[in-house]
Amino acid sequence: MRARNIFVGAAFALLAGGMAHSAVAQDIKIGEINSYSLLPAFTEPYRKGWQLAVEEINAAGGINGKKLVVISKDDGGKPADAQTAANELVSSEGVAMLAGTFLSNIGLAVSDFANQKKVFFLAAEPLTDAITWSKGNKYTFRLRPSNYMQAAMLVEAASKLPAKRWATIAPNYEYGQSAVAVFKKLMSEKRPDIQWVDEQWPPQGKIDAGPVVQAVAAANPEAILNVTFGADLVKLVREGNTRGLFKGREVVSFLTGEPEYLDPLKDETPEGWIVTGYPWYSIKTPEHDAFLKAYQAKYNDYPRLGSIVGYQTIKSAAAILAKAGSTDPEKLIAAAEGLSMPSPFGEITFRKIDHQSTLGAYVGKTALKDGKGVMVDSSYKKGADYLPSDAEVDKLRPKD
Amino acid sequence: MAFYVVQFLTGLASAASLFLVASGLSIIFGVTRIVNFAHGAFYMIGAYIAFTLTERLSGAFGFWGGIVAAALAVALIGVIVEMVLLRRIYHAPELFQLLATFGLTLMVEDLVVLVWGPDDLVGRRAPGFKGAVDFFGQNIPSYDLFLIVLGPVVLGILWLLFQRTRWGVLVRAATQDRDMVAALGVNQKWLFTSVFAVGVFLAALGGALQIPRDAVHHAMDLRIIVEVFVVVVIGGLGSIVGAFVAAVLVSELNAFGILIFPKISIILVFLVMAVVLIVRPWGLFGRPEAPARKTPGLTVNPWRPLTSNERLAALAALVIAATLPLFAGNYALTVGSEIAIFVIFAVSLHFLMSVGGLASFGHAAYFGLGAYGIAFLAKMAGLPMIVCLLLGPLLGCMGAAVFGFFAVQLSGVYFAMLTLAFAQIVWSIAFQWVSVTGGDNGILGVWPSSWAASPSHFYWLALGVATLVTVALRVMVFSPFGYALRATRDSLLRSEAIGIDAKRIQWTAFVIAGTTAGIGGALFAYLKGSVFPDNLGISLSVDALVMVLLGGVETVSGAVIGAIVYKALNIWLVSQTDLSKLVLGGFIVLIVVVFPKGIVGMLEMLAQRRRKSSPPGSPLLAKPIESAE
Repeated sequence: MRARNIFVGAAFALLAGGMAHSAVAQDIKIGEINSYSLLPAFTEPYRKGWQLAVEEINAAGGINGKKLVVISKDDGGKPADAQTAANELVSSEGVAMLAGTFLSNIGLAVSDFANQKKVFFLAAEPLTDAITWSKGNKYTFRLRPSNYMQAAMLVEAASKLPAKRWATIAPNYEYGQSAVAVFKKLMSEKRPDIQWVDEQWPPQGKIDAGPVVQAVAAANPEAILNVTFGADLVKLVREGNTRGLFKGREVVSFLTGEPEYLDPLKDETPEGWIVTGYPWYSIKTPEHDAFLKAYQAKYNDYPRLGSIVGYQTIKSAAAILAKAGSTDPEKLIAAAEGLSMPSPFGEITFRKIDHQSTLGAYVGKTALKDGKGVMVDSSYKKGADYLPSDAEVDKLRPKD
Repeated sequence: MAFYVVQFLTGLASAASLFLVASGLSIIFGVTRIVNFAHGAFYMIGAYIAFTLTERLSGAFGFWGGIVAAALAVALIGVIVEMVLLRRIYHAPELFQLLATFGLTLMVEDLVVLVWGPDDLVGRRAPGFKGAVDFFGQNIPSYDLFLIVLGPVVLGILWLLFQRTRWGVLVRAATQDRDMVAALGVNQKWLFTSVFAVGVFLAALGGALQIPRDAVHHAMDLRIIVEVFVVVVIGGLGSIVGAFVAAVLVSELNAFGILIFPKISIILVFLVMAVVLIVRPWGLFGRPEAPARKTPGLTVNPWRPLTSNERLAALAALVIAATLPLFAGNYALTVGSEIAIFVIFAVSLHFLMSVGGLASFGHAAYFGLGAYGIAFLAKMAGLPMIVCLLLGPLLGCMGAAVFGFFAVQLSGVYFAMLTLAFAQIVWSIAFQWVSVTGGDNGILGVWPSSWAASPSHFYWLALGVATLVTVALRVMVFSPFGYALRATRDSLLRSEAIGIDAKRIQWTAFVIAGTTAGIGGALFAYLKGSVFPDNLGISLSVDALVMVLLGGVETVSGAVIGAIVYKALNIWLVSQTDLSKLVLGGFIVLIVVVFPKGIVGMLEMLAQRRRKSSPPGSPLLAKPIESAE
């Protein structure tokens, strides 16, 4: 029966592949996982970002004299495949820590794996609050400002608007649901006079924009919260522009100022939306200038937010490894908790209390300039200012 | 009032886009019986090429010319695909063409990113249709009005084409009875090629016309393919008018449904399909398929149990597999466990498909139900692992019992699509019922007890269960029940004539397959330590189909090989290259061309030839050439 023979053969091949990789013992290895094939629009700039970071770190002498190597795997957008990749990185590549991931459910899957196998995991992109709070664990840290933080930043601006009748449009999955829930909660706390007149939940990636726009318009809101992004956002904006949905209405929108999502809109970019994002063209700080110059010199392209996330993920990982002086996960955790480091957005700290970094985001307004969408009047919001009090966080997070 | 009129018109515009793509699929299926999974890929390429052309060419002529030129260019690609690839495999077992088009789809998804880059592309608006028309204070985009007119116009042209031309007469004849058309001396090759070209043209046109309202990106194909399949099936396969009515029905229900239930879009089309198929088993405008004239392929190479030598060989292979933990590392063992679990999953579908002749497109539902069963028992009831493993698959069993009852009332593609609808309904429940299932964030922390926690122990567990399941299903194939099931597959009429209660037998088979898949899912939950709605998703169902077809649907247990090859290759490629879809798709297409009966099916055929050509008493005969395990 040939079946089992092929089985064994395949196993041998995998085994041999694994051994070939683990031959070099001197390097410090980080295992990186992301949805490269599913979300290339975000992950390509992200990859460029971390490759730049690796280059810089090794040019500066590596980590305590050892060369840094990042081994990168694709998860295809599936939690189960991300775990297979994590397992390969830990068991046969012998990486010191795991890093990366984009989608929230994949971030959670890898974080659960890290907790079970006692491996350090630095989540780069997943926005879900659960990863540091309700499902947080001691092995998992997260870089990007969470859903809660971004909502709080937007609420600060949105609550100053006179609008009282609000409608929401969000993709129908956890990210959209929790973004709307947090926004509503914080907003209603600040403005008890607000009414929520309509909500639309198109399936992620499958918005039928015409009817959605029409339905929202029928509820006649004064302001709209949008959480859709990517291709859904394009369709929504196009239909909304043609049908005049945004005329005379305030719009507050998650992530729309990120070049990944703003640039495709080109001359159809709606003006005056309050958004979180990354206006790389108007940030004038020495830290960001240095990053921008290095990035443009290496790639001859401008950075997206993904570039920042990728760059800072590996920079943070290196800082943690350097301080720990070891690859022991317990020592890495001890080193990471409370560790401050520079970033292109200024100094950030990984909080001891919930392992969330204080990396912030830019909040500003969308505008049209030379037929392209840009963010104007933007200002940097420090992550630390938009987190709930320690007492509240303590209640949200299970004890380790 | 004006609002409802506008909402209705908006729904019609969505329907028109859907109809263009669906009509092409319907025509292709009606004539060639190909389940063209690549239809979405052609739609996507149409949009990409149209984007490039409309950006390069200026003016109104450039825009509309670019749209039509793009559709024609893609139709040409379709012709090449049909002549080079599909022509070779029309005589392969049913659904095997699905495998070829699936491979193509995988390749295209990577290729468009290579050619056009990863960013979302937004094309320009249609000249002359940029603004909106005011209707009692409501705005209707003029492009929507254009689409609303275009839909019926295309329907009319197709109607004329089919009713008033000789080509149309031939196409309709072939839709009804293609053997008869061939017998009457019509050149089938060119008929099929031309039909395929027309279908692909419509798909690409549908994609190109999305440019003024959508973004062009590499996941467009998956977004539309399932939906158009559903539309085609609701309308009735091969019926253009049916596709049109179904597209309008689905789009209008969505447009008005979201006013009352804003979350309905995620499941609406599948609900409609499930209801329609239960009430009208052949869709709204479809007709019952004529009883198929079976080619004698299945009788030439009758199934037989393994000889005692083959059994020894199987046992030896099993022993070798069981010694893997002695020399392999943890990663290899975990991959081994995963492969063993997918062997369970694949043989369960194989049992339904090749023994029962019932191809399910939603088999992941029962796999996922088994996994969720474990998650509920372990996390909420806190039961020990052994108890969970015994009880968890029961959820898969119950799901299969309920859905199977309705599904086995249908046959062929309608059966497949009803199973898909049920799977999507289960998926959306897991996805939406956040308080119980955790929604798409899943249920975490379902790790095995300490006795099974080490990779080697878990591997032995998975291998042991996989072996038991494979053997048990084989025993069933050669039991009286198995013979009865095969009788219903080969000739429903004759089997009923000799007193076999076909529906009950098929229902039983469905429940057995579902429970077995549930066992796989239960182990999978423990292997991964978490359960997500993905475990019930379409892509997992497609994976299972691919494994069965790859192994060979006409074999007794080819799925074992199919699962091992596909899963091992998939894991390895994903780990080694970012272009894993391109390579895997290319591999599948190659397999389809080289092994049109699947891997095991082909090996069996070679063995058969060798046996026939070798002199009697040759030592070859005694050897376990057969690899149908």
